Amino acid sequence: MDSIADMGGTQAWGPAQVPTDEPPFAEPWEGRSFALTVLTMGRISGRNLDAFRHALGRLHPIDYLVDGYYGRWLNAAELMLTDSRILAPGAVDARARRNRGEDVTEPPFPEPSRPDYKPTAAGSLREIDRDPVFAAGDAVRTKDMHPEGPTKLSGYLRRRSGTVTAIRPPHVLPDTHAVFEGENPQHVYTVGFSSTELWGPDAEPFTVHADLFESYLAKIPESEADQ
Amino acid sequence: MSKAAPADRLSPALRTEALEQLLVERELVDPAVMDKFIKTYEQDVGPLNGAKVVARAWTDPGYRAWLLRDGTAAIKDMGYGGPQGEHMVVLEQSDEVHHVVVCTLCSCYPWPVLGLPPSWYKDPAYRAGMVRTPRRVLREMGLEVPEGKRIEVWDSSAEVRYLVLPQRPPATEDLDAEALAALVTRDAMVGVAEVAAP
Repeated sequence: MDSIADMGGTQAWGPAQVPTDEPPFAEPWEGRSFALTVLTMGRISGRNLDAFRHALGRLHPIDYLVDGYYGRWLNAAELMLTDSRILAPGAVDARARRNRGEDVTEPPFPEPSRPDYKPTAAGSLREIDRDPVFAAGDAVRTKDMHPEGPTKLSGYLRRRSGTVTAIRPPHVLPDTHAVFEGENPQHVYTVGFSSTELWGPDAEPFTVHADLFESYLAKIPESEADQ
Repeated sequence: MSKAAPADRLSPALRTEALEQLLVERELVDPAVMDKFIKTYEQDVGPLNGAKVVARAWTDPGYRAWLLRDGTAAIKDMGYGGPQGEHMVVLEQSDEVHHVVVCTLCSCYPWPVLGLPPSWYKDPAYRAGMVRTPRRVLREMGLEVPEGKRIEVWDSSAEVRYLVLPQRPPATEDLDAEALAALVTRDAMVGVAEVAAP
């Protein structure tokens, strides 16, 4: 899906921040939000990191942006917990309002209904039997994909031509894994794109390398690549 | 979660407190385990790990070659691995090429060697701009990349995690690995700064 999380190449964000020394967590709640999210993710189903990332992408843009990085973690954790009926919608707000003295009725805890999923191994890397379809040096084009659900093919890389620069270990496919529809591991390739292919003839000269799943890519026939 | 106008929103601190209470009541989290987890990322897992990897590569050519060939194994040899470090690739800066790492889709970052990402890395201006106008973004952050140097941007869009091996600064021949590690910064290991001479 085209979500607020897919930021590559979007504009009007202002200048980048000048790095400074900073602690990992600017305020105590950020550390609590971080720990709560990581620890509860495993309570949903199989520590599904892709599902968490998809939850981030499903947030309303205001909820994604307004409280910063750990604010969006908090909101995505709440979304996953309500999806799995571990918490009722509105339960967090109701508790927070009660804590500050408002007379609010809290919804009862629902009956949990978690996705039926167990990972076949720890982490995201898998071994698969088939050989990679592409080799380093191959000219490839990204597909014209616009799924309603999750994908890791960023908008700015759709329908672009590039060159495979490396073959990486196979990964579970986030497009199905994030929605608990199977791991479907695939080969992953680092693909290099020229800046002019992405941003037109006036772009600064540089190369972007992105890590892309095999099903996102199609080979460019040699006859066409030579043109 | 709500789409209320910012003026009506509950603060994230209040909402975090409420979520923690609810999950503790459901016996899904233990505050003591949370404390330990937070402490780990505040005190133990941070850019000093990566700095030690870099310093060893600067002083041991065999290690440097291994690190560039199989980053995951060479980094594991230093005792670093775990979440967000399943497959690590090391990119070596040179006189010809400048590497810089970004995650446009989230804020993926090599936790075992650099700790949790700094605020500038998670900022939309960085995530959006680094794949479109990297030279300008680096300049805004204080790094001028010479015109003749090629820029290679690495968008961490799957589970590969990238660590930049900065160039060793001049006049450091007399320093041992420990003294060198003290010079290496987080920013240089992402590619938004160079390592300054002592």
